[in-house]
Amino acid sequence: MTGILSLTTYLPLVGVAAILALRLLAGQDEARANAGARWIALATTLATLALSVLLVASFDRSQTGFQFTEDAAWFSGLHYHMGVDGISVLFVLLTAFLMPICVLASWRSINKRVIEYMIAFLVLESLVIGVFCALDLLVFYLFFEGQLIPMFLIIGVWGGKNRVYAAFKFFLYTLLGSVLMLAAILAMISIAHTSSIPELMTYHFATGTQTWLWLAFFASFAVKMPMWPVHTWLPDAHVEAPTAGSVILAGILLKMGGYGFMRFSLPMFPSASLEFTPLIFALSVIAIVYTSLVAFRQTDMKKLIAYSSVAHMGFVTLGIFSGNLQGEQGALFQMLSHGVISGALFLCVGIVYDRMHTREIAFYGGLVNRMPWYAAVFMLFTMGNVGLPGTSGFVGEILTLTGTYGAATWPAIIASSGVILSAVYALSLYRRVVFGQMTNPALATIGDMDSREILIFAPLIIATLVLGFQPGLVFNLTNASTIHLVDAFRAATGR
Amino acid sequence: MSPQLLVSLLLFAPLLGALIAGLFGRRIGDVASMSVTTGLLFVACALGWTTFFQVVGGGWPPHFTVEIAPFINVGTFHSDWSIRIDTLSAVMLVVVTTVSALVHLYSWGYMADDPARPRFFAYLSLFTFAMLALVTASDFMQLFFGWEGVGLASYLLIGFWHHKDTANAASIKAFVVNRVGDAGFALGIMTVFWAFGSIRFAEIFPQMASHVHVVWRFAGQDFRLIDLACCLLFIGAMGKSAQFFLHTWLPDAMEGPTPVSALIHAATMVTAGVYMVCLLSPMFEYAPTAKEVVTIVGAVTSLFAATVGLAQNDIKRVVAYSTCSQLGYMFLAAGVGAYPAAMFHLFTHAFFKALLFLGAGAVILAVHHEQDMRKMGGLWRVIPITYAVMVLGTISITGVGLPGIDLGFSGFYSKDAIINAAFLAGRTDGISNFAFIISLMAAGLTSFYSWRLIFMTFHGKAKWGHDSHAANDHAQDDHAHGDDHGHGHGHGHGGAPHEAPWAMRGPLLLLAFGAIAAGGLFVERFVGPERADFWRGSIFTLPANHILDSFASVPPAVVWAPLVVTALGFAGAWYAYVLKEGMGARIAARRGLLWSFLYNKWYFDELYELVFVRGAKALGDLFWKGGDKALIDGLGPDGVSHVSYALGKATGRLQTGYVYHYAFVMLLGIAGLLSYALWWFSR
Repeated sequence: MTGILSLTTYLPLVGVAAILALRLLAGQDEARANAGARWIALATTLATLALSVLLVASFDRSQTGFQFTEDAAWFSGLHYHMGVDGISVLFVLLTAFLMPICVLASWRSINKRVIEYMIAFLVLESLVIGVFCALDLLVFYLFFEGQLIPMFLIIGVWGGKNRVYAAFKFFLYTLLGSVLMLAAILAMISIAHTSSIPELMTYHFATGTQTWLWLAFFASFAVKMPMWPVHTWLPDAHVEAPTAGSVILAGILLKMGGYGFMRFSLPMFPSASLEFTPLIFALSVIAIVYTSLVAFRQTDMKKLIAYSSVAHMGFVTLGIFSGNLQGEQGALFQMLSHGVISGALFLCVGIVYDRMHTREIAFYGGLVNRMPWYAAVFMLFTMGNVGLPGTSGFVGEILTLTGTYGAATWPAIIASSGVILSAVYALSLYRRVVFGQMTNPALATIGDMDSREILIFAPLIIATLVLGFQPGLVFNLTNASTIHLVDAFRAATGR
Repeated sequence: MSPQLLVSLLLFAPLLGALIAGLFGRRIGDVASMSVTTGLLFVACALGWTTFFQVVGGGWPPHFTVEIAPFINVGTFHSDWSIRIDTLSAVMLVVVTTVSALVHLYSWGYMADDPARPRFFAYLSLFTFAMLALVTASDFMQLFFGWEGVGLASYLLIGFWHHKDTANAASIKAFVVNRVGDAGFALGIMTVFWAFGSIRFAEIFPQMASHVHVVWRFAGQDFRLIDLACCLLFIGAMGKSAQFFLHTWLPDAMEGPTPVSALIHAATMVTAGVYMVCLLSPMFEYAPTAKEVVTIVGAVTSLFAATVGLAQNDIKRVVAYSTCSQLGYMFLAAGVGAYPAAMFHLFTHAFFKALLFLGAGAVILAVHHEQDMRKMGGLWRVIPITYAVMVLGTISITGVGLPGIDLGFSGFYSKDAIINAAFLAGRTDGISNFAFIISLMAAGLTSFYSWRLIFMTFHGKAKWGHDSHAANDHAQDDHAHGDDHGHGHGHGHGGAPHEAPWAMRGPLLLLAFGAIAAGGLFVERFVGPERADFWRGSIFTLPANHILDSFASVPPAVVWAPLVVTALGFAGAWYAYVLKEGMGARIAARRGLLWSFLYNKWYFDELYELVFVRGAKALGDLFWKGGDKALIDGLGPDGVSHVSYALGKATGRLQTGYVYHYAFVMLLGIAGLLSYALWWFSR
């Protein structure tokens, strides 16, 4: 199976080539070219999904190390080094799972520059999968920075009214982190004389060095997560991004922060991680309470969900830095679950936005009267967002909280208030949009979801419920690698 | 049929009904949806009683667990989907399935005009499933699943008439207040996990005796471990069972259709907290401080809710406060160590309280969705059957019976068991003594407000049938609005009151039987000499806990005291609402300080609104506009972009405003950084 990782990573680029070829063939017939681009994008993302399912199926769950590794000397001592463990393979699957949904969600709502749009998404998919498979620091950095460009374009070109402001805010924040991370990467290579991630994971950096390296990586990952107080780019980016852009942003791009903490900060700088745990805990619980309260006051549906994402990511950082098995597994599960649920919630917003072209909460109300299926679907994901047991949202929350409690009780106590606040903002959003009398005459003819829209939601519904009742499907996959991570962290920090 | 298969069918029958009615309700039609859910619930009910008699009678092993599937397994954090059967859960199975089946049937009549019946029945069945999952849990995760599952069903059913803003507000309030309790509950589970290394009951309980003196650090303080865990878990019970401080959601929950109030907010869900304390008796028995907390909270709630019940005019709210108060009684019993008495009161209460709620529903339907008792009166002539069952329910809840010959209605046995237990415990500790006195006071008040309800509704001058709003005080009435449906009524509001259809009368009569006889039939088993054979170890008490064995030593004065205060309450209500009819209204009209305090429910809603709701809004605005916009963005990206914009102006043409150019510049930048890196490597 060697080569499957590169195949999965670059398969979307084959789709790009096909779209470009079609563009040339189609000539002036723009409608045909657009339709072709959509179908090619769909087929490519589905093929990538099939490959990643194959990858997961043939993944050896009992091993702790990296599998399907590819290692080739590149140039100047650099290596093209790929591989996945139980942690990263999960994100590859999540990415491949969400991409076809994004393509379908953009099927009708994107009408201008369809070809470029689909190309941007395919390039994005390729780069994101690359991020999770890369086992060489510089290869990782290439992918990690590279995916900014298609995302920047998706917001900046296909976004809403303030798209340029949002795109730049996104860019500014991320750039700040990236520059510091690049410096740290270069420093690491010069100290350890290797850019191989598996080797660096067992390399012992001096404690003082760890502190600086940790901070540099932290700058990048904290922005990505995003953690308070560097989160303000996210609501703007979400509001301006097209629906599918939001799905990818919340579903996958945010997870790179959490993945980074688990791949780099914890194993490579364990004593610094332990040293900074109080900082992480403080920022996380602030994020949970602060952004939940801010979410409660939002008047824009997408902004509300964006703020709720920040709060949910707070649970992830708590879990990761708790340094115990419950915390790490919970964090991983929370990231996966949030990818599904928040993606679905943004799609829920997209459903009504496509019809009414506004995300103002006050514009809506009483939708249940005309859109019963929509109401049911939205309810399910609202409950997932609230973390109701039986949905995947619960498992991540209870485990990260448990993990946190094992490390320190105060953060767990404060964070558990997030469980109350999420009910406040999520249910009030649902009430204002779906329940009540339908008073706005503009809504009188709004139609329920059509079959394409139901098709988009079906996999997300299944994932939310199946993972809610059988979370073991994920834990089996991630178990060996997280146990390894926790053991190594404990051994290094003496906890 | 094997016991395992039987209880599995019992658990999943309601879920199946919920799925069929919920997903295909519109396709298969109203009658089919209702038949399927109701039919499956009666099947579950039959299986529930079978289970009960087999477990109690010794036909089956006294306790066994059916493993269905793993749930969350991370390290030693291990939980399963399973069905735990013992006497304790079997009692709950009987209560839940019986009341649920009857409520399903009753809803055929009560919801006859509602266009969304499949959805209603689906929710009812879904609730039943979650409740059954709760009572059969063998670890904390499934318990929590059921716990929040019933919360979801409650939220959906309170807000069933989702066009009503008041219903929507009430449903959110119920969910959020319950979540406050659940946060405490979750922290309790985490404490248990880290202290005992497991969340399975069977692995935790045996460790208690050896952990009695363990000190646990929590929130920077040292606590006795078991006390701390029990107190945190009890916060969850307080939310679900609407105890003092977390009670505010229950009266508002009356916005839901009346069958919902009977099933969820009287007989089953709200008793989950009591059930949990009894289930965790192996922990609470080692937690003296936690037991004191339970006793105090229970006692205070029983008195508080009874006082508020005195001044309410909405028939359902009176019954709701009564529920709140009775739940307080149950906690009081558990707190003094008389868990079987708590479970016994839970059992009898399910019958008479469901009866009272369903009876209230029949009244509401009879007077065309009027809930204000001031607009009723004299109804006994027109709806005699409803009147009769309501009186029976009232006699039962007030605990009428003759201690001398030990004969009475259901409530008599269970309530007196609690009062006696409190008295006995009060011989050795002050808190129980306090609880004993409170329980007597509450018994008197219960009698007063319960009879007040009967007299205002069924006796005196008829105030229905004409629009006599002027005669009533309507100005201050902010919540006695009707339990009305979302569609126009076929019948006018001036029509004569009518007796409920048979679908409703049947359940009323069956419940009336339970309210009369359930106590007498089971008293020996629940709290009497046959106790050990009945519970079979499903409730744990320390060897030193003899409370239920000493009833014979209770002095006659204490034995007769409940009957005396009950009679006094009855006499008071009779005097104020029958003999001097209108006296109650005159007291209300004066708006005295005490009356206003009670009428406004001790101003809890106002206080919470001011502190929590407005507080959250103000903080949210502050963080959003002050924190995010002004501070973070102002100093961060916006500030930077102002500077760079100024620079951009200076450098002129770079600021083309065309996104592609920026992307290109970005690419160049990254390429530049990388070239630098490569150069650095090839040095």
